[in-house]
Amino acid sequence: MAARHLDFPSAPVLTVFMQIYLPIAEVSVNAFLLLGLGGMVGILSGMFGVGGGFLMTPLLFFIGIPPAVAVATEANQIVASSFSGVLAHLRRKTVDLRMGTVLLIGGLIGAALGVLLFNYLKSLGQVDLLVRLCYVVFLGVIGALMFVESLNAIRKTAKGTAIPTRKKHGLIHKLPFKMRFRVSGLYISVIPPLLVGLSVGVLAAIMGVGGGFIMVPAMIYLLGMPTKVVVGTSLFQIIFVTAFTTMLHATTNYTVDVVLAVLLLIGGVIGAQVGTRIGVRMKAEQLRILLALMVLAVCGKLAFDLLVTPYELYSVGAVEGH
Amino acid sequence: MLRWLLIALLFALPVRAEEVVLGLSQDEVAITTSFDGSEILIFGAVKRETTIPESELGVIVTIAGPPEPVTVRRKERRFGIWVNTDAVELDGAPSFYAVATNAPLDDVLGIRDNLLHKVSVPSKLRSVDTPNTVLDASAYVAALIRINTSAGTYQLLEDTVIVDQDTLFRTRIRLPAALTEGAYETRIFLTREGQVVASYETAIDVRKVGLERWLFTLSRENPFWYGIMSLAIAIAAGWTASAAFSLLRN
Repeated sequence: MAARHLDFPSAPVLTVFMQIYLPIAEVSVNAFLLLGLGGMVGILSGMFGVGGGFLMTPLLFFIGIPPAVAVATEANQIVASSFSGVLAHLRRKTVDLRMGTVLLIGGLIGAALGVLLFNYLKSLGQVDLLVRLCYVVFLGVIGALMFVESLNAIRKTAKGTAIPTRKKHGLIHKLPFKMRFRVSGLYISVIPPLLVGLSVGVLAAIMGVGGGFIMVPAMIYLLGMPTKVVVGTSLFQIIFVTAFTTMLHATTNYTVDVVLAVLLLIGGVIGAQVGTRIGVRMKAEQLRILLALMVLAVCGKLAFDLLVTPYELYSVGAVEGH
Repeated sequence: MLRWLLIALLFALPVRAEEVVLGLSQDEVAITTSFDGSEILIFGAVKRETTIPESELGVIVTIAGPPEPVTVRRKERRFGIWVNTDAVELDGAPSFYAVATNAPLDDVLGIRDNLLHKVSVPSKLRSVDTPNTVLDASAYVAALIRINTSAGTYQLLEDTVIVDQDTLFRTRIRLPAALTEGAYETRIFLTREGQVVASYETAIDVRKVGLERWLFTLSRENPFWYGIMSLAIAIAAGWTASAAFSLLRN
């Protein structure tokens, strides 16, 4: 009687391929869901030329990956997805290595500070709030700026006037420690790029993003770098800062899940190729307005969750080893 | 074992002695890459030397995961947004707990034996250490039970134990995918008129194996090399995927 029940059916063969247990996140998720998420964010990042970390990290929260694991693993994934991009830009010589190095120094300091802040707030139980608040603030500001800017650009192209030229910032030229950046054709103080790198480093550590969406506008509008070297140089900085962040999270929090990273990555690389092709067919202003709307939507959802009375006022977390 | 027998004898005085003979479909659970939870079949028989007693037989099966210290936090509205304000650290709460019975729990088990043997979820959690510094610590314990119950980590499975001819019993308990490693204490209680007449205890060993074991151990014991390896694997995978794609295109 009992023996009859011994051979109860084992898991169907299909689930062997679909469900995957993540060793560090300690949850079982559908492998196709991860590949699909990677692919979807990959398409968007290919279309808009952004890293997509700022979309992937909140999506990972939504499917039940612990926030600390999501942030650390996303850093790992960004290193890998930026790698082939950096190689391509190095071949085309569209990387300002000197500027990249200055940004990188700032970035490494920022990432170290960011991980310190992250771990401190984690011990207070406020890390979730910090990550969400950062997202709301940055996505809100960037989304709104991009939306207004691309709306103006669309109006101007409709009227037939030229796209406005870059503004010259007087303040930047008055600062000390000037350095010549030949590839960018600039002779400016190292303080602004150091600060830009630093703030991006902090964001990389806290938000699990590359920070390209902050760095690229800052490089164009604040530092006055020529557009053709901006993407390559920012990727150069991002790859080292996120690699450093990955190592910091792996050694202090043990939260890098390599299985998760690889699955997201495979979907992401394929999605990016598809996205690039879609992006070529669309107008730049239309693309930017779409991206702005998407950024604002993610921001709105996160802000709504912070403001609305939660269904459950209590939450359970692991005890920190302090 | 002896202690349980003594307790069983003590309470079994009015009724005839009965004993549990137990079988498990598996006494270990291996967390592999494709692990998606596991269903454990627990079956057994009641061994008795005399005739079957008149009163109803109750069979209760419990599985408890290794205790894990947790922090329970409460949110409050501050400056318009919801922020974690108070926290209580609770020790000794099981990371998983399931109770399966052959009838409503209150019908087969009296309050006294429930508390004595820590059977139901609330009585299992009564012994959880709460700090004296917090006034409403019980609210946090209640929240822990509520959250874990809705997450399926704590389960009360009434009427899921099937009893045949007052002698054979079987039940299936599903362990979720998110399991803590360790020994899962498995207990069987036989009850008559709300009192425990016999009990049996064993353990199911849950652990990560193979790749999962290796990655987890590496990430804890050699975090530096784990980090380097993660970066290398991710870069290699990303590069291969994009190289394969551009090869396809040409």
